[in-house]
Amino acid sequence: MSPTTSAPIIDIEGLSLAYARDGRTNVILDKLDLAIPRGQFLVIVGESGVGKSTLLRVLIDLAKPSGGTVTVNVDPAIRTPMALVFQDARLLPWRRVLANVAFGLERLGMPKAERCARAEQMLSLVGLGDLGGRWPHQLSGGQRQRVALARALAVEPEVLLMDEPFSALDSFTREGLQDEVQRIQQKTAKTVLFVTHDIDEAVYLADRVVVLAGAPGRIAADVTIDQPRPRARRDAALVEAARQLRGELSRRSADL
Amino acid sequence: MIRLRATGLALVGLVAFLIVWEAAPRLDLVNPAFLPPPSTIPAALLKEIASGAWLVAVIESLSHYVIGLCVGAGAGMALGIVAGMFRSFENLTAWVVRLLRPIPGLAWVPFAIIWFGVEPRAAVFIIAIGVFWIVFFATQGAVRSVDRDLIEVAQAFGFRSPLARLAKIVLPAATPGILVGLRTALGQAWMAVVAAEIFGVPGIGSRMMQASSLLSTDIVVVYMLTMAALYGLFDTAFVALQGWLLRWRP
Repeated sequence: MSPTTSAPIIDIEGLSLAYARDGRTNVILDKLDLAIPRGQFLVIVGESGVGKSTLLRVLIDLAKPSGGTVTVNVDPAIRTPMALVFQDARLLPWRRVLANVAFGLERLGMPKAERCARAEQMLSLVGLGDLGGRWPHQLSGGQRQRVALARALAVEPEVLLMDEPFSALDSFTREGLQDEVQRIQQKTAKTVLFVTHDIDEAVYLADRVVVLAGAPGRIAADVTIDQPRPRARRDAALVEAARQLRGELSRRSADL
Repeated sequence: MIRLRATGLALVGLVAFLIVWEAAPRLDLVNPAFLPPPSTIPAALLKEIASGAWLVAVIESLSHYVIGLCVGAGAGMALGIVAGMFRSFENLTAWVVRLLRPIPGLAWVPFAIIWFGVEPRAAVFIIAIGVFWIVFFATQGAVRSVDRDLIEVAQAFGFRSPLARLAKIVLPAATPGILVGLRTALGQAWMAVVAAEIFGVPGIGSRMMQASSLLSTDIVVVYMLTMAALYGLFDTAFVALQGWLLRWRP
């Protein structure tokens, strides 16, 4: 393996983010170190307010860190190293589903026919191949989130960032989408950085779970989930891993 | 069924209105020279059309209307977008806007005549000013209230320049609000047409003034109804366009 491919695809070193409000400094992240190997499905769990979403926002350049470095080891020719799926689907209501999926491609100088073809392909990948002509308001919550996933995948990012993408969905829909994401990740071998506050979701999906705790958020646990895929939800090893993580989280919260 | 009933009632109201209007001059409650009964209007309209004056006046007014509307709405949208997108521009213009906004369009008539003469351009100017503020404020408000979350989507996908933000998110997201302003402007501009032409620029307004000086009140009414009809036509077409542009809404 060449050094470039064995190096972590994302290397976060000493990342801090703080902002001043009402004369007080709020520290969201404080000197965070995290290296993400290529192809890993990394899930970050933590209570709300520990800076999980902020970390993703820094990576996609929606928030400026106040210190530290983020190194992204991808071919500089790639114009969309990362794509983000938001917690709420955030589809553009004035675009039909297909045009929503093609949104990110419009920046890449791709001819329209090719954009449409790619978008069609991505819609099929998320199981909505025949809904391209609908308006977003005609979709269910789960379908909207699938479209958002297709929109992110369409730009062929090296790293897929997902910010509590299923937390607003009912549990039945959520489980369906978890399976879908797992299937797609296995198929495309993408690096995924997935943020959630749901520990069962974390152990079910992850190759590795990182627990953020405290304010500012620090890494409280870093656990490898070494179960073969596809996984069973009630797998004893997963249930045990979840139990341990819960213990870790409550211990950390008690310390603070 | 309810809809049918509403239409029926509206019709009854209109007929009652026409009857009262017809009766008033005929029963000598008002001088027929001051208020012509509606039954005389069709003949007056035909006469006006036959003389060619009607078509000329309508075409002239329509051209003032359309050009004034386009200029005023275009400027209002452009500046409204800039003011809505850039806080610094809004601050820069805040007091100028406060100063100029309360001045009614008609107060510009003296300058319109001095700058442009009694020419179509003067009418266009008056109409454009009337339209400008409505569209400016509607656009600015609509642009400012665009969902920040959607702008973040554009940024996350790499659309980071103001122009890309405008084309991909701001303009489509602000379209409903801008259209509301434009529809108001459509009506406001008709009022400005008469006002602008009454001081002499040829068109429906000046034709009405001529007729009234000859006490041809039936001709005045012909043009009043002409304006109502034209406005109705434009508004109907606009609502259809609006429905098509906003077909994405639930």
